[in-house]
Amino acid sequence: MNMRPETEAELAELIAGRDAPVWIRGGGTAGIVPQGTDVIETSGLNGISLYEPGALTLVVKAGTALGEIEATLAAEGQRLAFEPADLRAVLGTDGAPTIGGVVAMNVSGPRRIQAGACRDFLLGVRYVDGLGTAVKNGGRVMKNVTGYDLVKLMAGAHGTLGVMTEVSMKVLPLPEAQGCVLIDGLSPDDAVAAMSAALGSPYDVTGAAHLTEGMDGTPVTMVRVEGFGAQVDYRTGKLKEMLGRFGDVRVETNTDRVTVGWGYVRDLTGFVGAKGDLWRISVKPSDGPEVLRAINATKAQMDWGGGLIWAVVPEGSDVRSQLGVAGHATLVRGVGQARFHPETPVNARLAEGLRAKFDPKGIFNPGLMGAN
Amino acid sequence: MEMPAPNPTILAKKAELVRRLSEVLPEDAVIHEETETRAYECDALTAYRCPPLAAVLPASTQEVSDVLRICHDLGVPVVPRGSGTSLAGGALPTADSVILGVARMNEVLETDYDNRFIRVQTGRTNLSVTGAVEADGFFYAPDPSSQLACAIAGNIAMNSGGAHCLKYGVTTNNLMGVTMVLMDGTVTEIGGAHLDAAGLDLLGVICGSEGQLGVVTEATLRILAKPEGALPVLMGFDTNEGAGACVSDIIKAGVLPVAIEFMDRPCIEACEAFAKAGYPMCEALLIIEVEGSPEEIQHQLGLIKEIAAAHNPVDYREAADADEAYRIWLGRKSAFGAMGQINDYMCLDGTIPVSALPEVLRRIGELSKQYGLGVANVFHAGDGNMHPLILYNANQPGQLELCEAFGADILRLCVEVGGCLTGEHGVGLEKRDLMVDQFDPVDLEAQMAVKDVFDPAWLLNPAKVFPLASSEARRAVKIAAE
Repeated sequence: MNMRPETEAELAELIAGRDAPVWIRGGGTAGIVPQGTDVIETSGLNGISLYEPGALTLVVKAGTALGEIEATLAAEGQRLAFEPADLRAVLGTDGAPTIGGVVAMNVSGPRRIQAGACRDFLLGVRYVDGLGTAVKNGGRVMKNVTGYDLVKLMAGAHGTLGVMTEVSMKVLPLPEAQGCVLIDGLSPDDAVAAMSAALGSPYDVTGAAHLTEGMDGTPVTMVRVEGFGAQVDYRTGKLKEMLGRFGDVRVETNTDRVTVGWGYVRDLTGFVGAKGDLWRISVKPSDGPEVLRAINATKAQMDWGGGLIWAVVPEGSDVRSQLGVAGHATLVRGVGQARFHPETPVNARLAEGLRAKFDPKGIFNPGLMGAN
Repeated sequence: MEMPAPNPTILAKKAELVRRLSEVLPEDAVIHEETETRAYECDALTAYRCPPLAAVLPASTQEVSDVLRICHDLGVPVVPRGSGTSLAGGALPTADSVILGVARMNEVLETDYDNRFIRVQTGRTNLSVTGAVEADGFFYAPDPSSQLACAIAGNIAMNSGGAHCLKYGVTTNNLMGVTMVLMDGTVTEIGGAHLDAAGLDLLGVICGSEGQLGVVTEATLRILAKPEGALPVLMGFDTNEGAGACVSDIIKAGVLPVAIEFMDRPCIEACEAFAKAGYPMCEALLIIEVEGSPEEIQHQLGLIKEIAAAHNPVDYREAADADEAYRIWLGRKSAFGAMGQINDYMCLDGTIPVSALPEVLRRIGELSKQYGLGVANVFHAGDGNMHPLILYNANQPGQLELCEAFGADILRLCVEVGGCLTGEHGVGLEKRDLMVDQFDPVDLEAQMAVKDVFDPAWLLNPAKVFPLASSEARRAVKIAAE
């Protein structure tokens, strides 16, 4: 059964009267919701409640399509700086991603390394908990330490703590220009060393990724800067000088081409059609190359300076047992293993305790996070 | 503002408590003589004082765990304390509580420039974190104005901000991992050197939980490469509206300064009288700082100047060098000292949507007349974080209460226009009773449910953040269990 409430009150009533498990779906683009289960669609809760470009503030209903939000922001020369990915092609899903889905999964792209993750731009939430109570936390202002930060807790909770109905976000100006410094043919170790050097420079690098196979099939390391035109020219020039010791450095200052290139990294375009399980692995950046060697990937890229590895491995590979370093691995596409990395016993107990408080009937996205 | 009456059953256990604490800590780390516990009777909210039952100064995570386990066994409340600089009373004890100070844990544990983090014990001061890495060209971004004294433990508890968070964010945006001890003595690690922790964002809810969920003993903090340079510009306006519109236009134009500070006329006059920085006498003054190479700075200042010109500034000064930059910041950085020179003052930190600034300043002026107390406003204008400084005379009976009532009205006004009670100082005791003005009972219930999970017996800093009436049932469970 599909339910599509159009107001928060309607949603609250529906949940209050329910004891059976239910899955929460935004655009359905993550491919998480199992077939044949009861579903609450959030797309009925949509629309921009408030947008103040001069205050960098957006308040929007959770079921609003991401595309609509991005278009609205672009018209004012602004954007969601955490750069949410569009993984529909690689996951083989369709539908329109919603902001609620993005927040629930804390979807954060290459710029996370400089600007922050989705959770860092989330200023406030309204949600309905597992008993049907509508709750608010945070607000619409950028600095707010009034009470506990449940806003962060809702981001990345994958709907297991409540159904978000409205979110407030900090937005940022679109830069005038973007530039990219590229080095071909580096080994993963040299790539991470080059990216560390760039990220440790004063040039405010907003992306640092290494593709074991770039668009032309050979390894490429990419470092992005953004800002005013003259600033991008200056910073790419400095980075070219600085990274020369790693290999031949090319500079791309055509903003459109830079945008396309980073879209390719962000959306895992190079992974489309690759057979096998898709993993997302988060580690200390300097551990990235070691992880790449350990997991036997047929397709891989390192983002976040080496700290975020996307890898396609043969179906059923137990990537978690192969990691060998601190960090965690999420199964993004594939079956037969838990989606999320097991937590330490103490943290798992705390997380279970929180879920039991927020969703005492245990009805939201059952078994998705934590124990089944 | 009241604190709960001490529990006589706990007071009666003092000897046993001290004996057991002395078994796990060195002699000089257990403070229990009444002449000595007085040193811990208050933090920077000095109007409220109460010596604790005892104070302990553990030197390791293991010692923190031992202390908490003992207090848990005996049912004794614990109030964690960083450097005691809280303006909100976050570290104010009750007579039946133990102060747990982390000041002896101040080591740098690991510095990793390749991965851009530093791991420290949390008793380390904010400024000395930057101090440990600045020779190598790095810094730790959150910079609360108490940064010379305040501890990372307190920064995490209050999710502290600073003047530069428009660009760099506050503590929660720069915290990658913690070692935390729960009230029952359990030690856990959350997050680490990777950028996102696994599972639910426990780190996110721990940061800003005011020492009510656990005691953070170690922290992994993001460090950043220092920018090539920074320069401020100062501009004066003859209306608050003009200054507010200028800020909004600068942000809309895509310039993202690292700091935008706002001062109103009473504040300008006080600072000028005190610091003689040569500020123009006008209704509103902005100090805007940009970063980058010399050419990048000039480019941004050029854009800012063009935008400001459309709002008819009565004065406009760019700093040509470090000395002029120093003079521009001098008055602003003297603001608190300047006010202290005039009288006692109370500093609030409510946050408002930037667009509401002119209205809020007008209404604060009206309230000032109504209460008969002077008020000056300094303000992180880029992020809406106000700092009204209310002047009063602490020695005159009734003035503190009058000042608090005035402050409460200002904070309610912040909430009314879409803002919040506190942007960076925390709720503590100071704003505890105003929480009902911002939150409905169900909102507070959801927050208290989080504490139920981390600290089921409600022993950690229990009388803060939530109005006593809201938390009474939970705190009563502890007392009943005695």
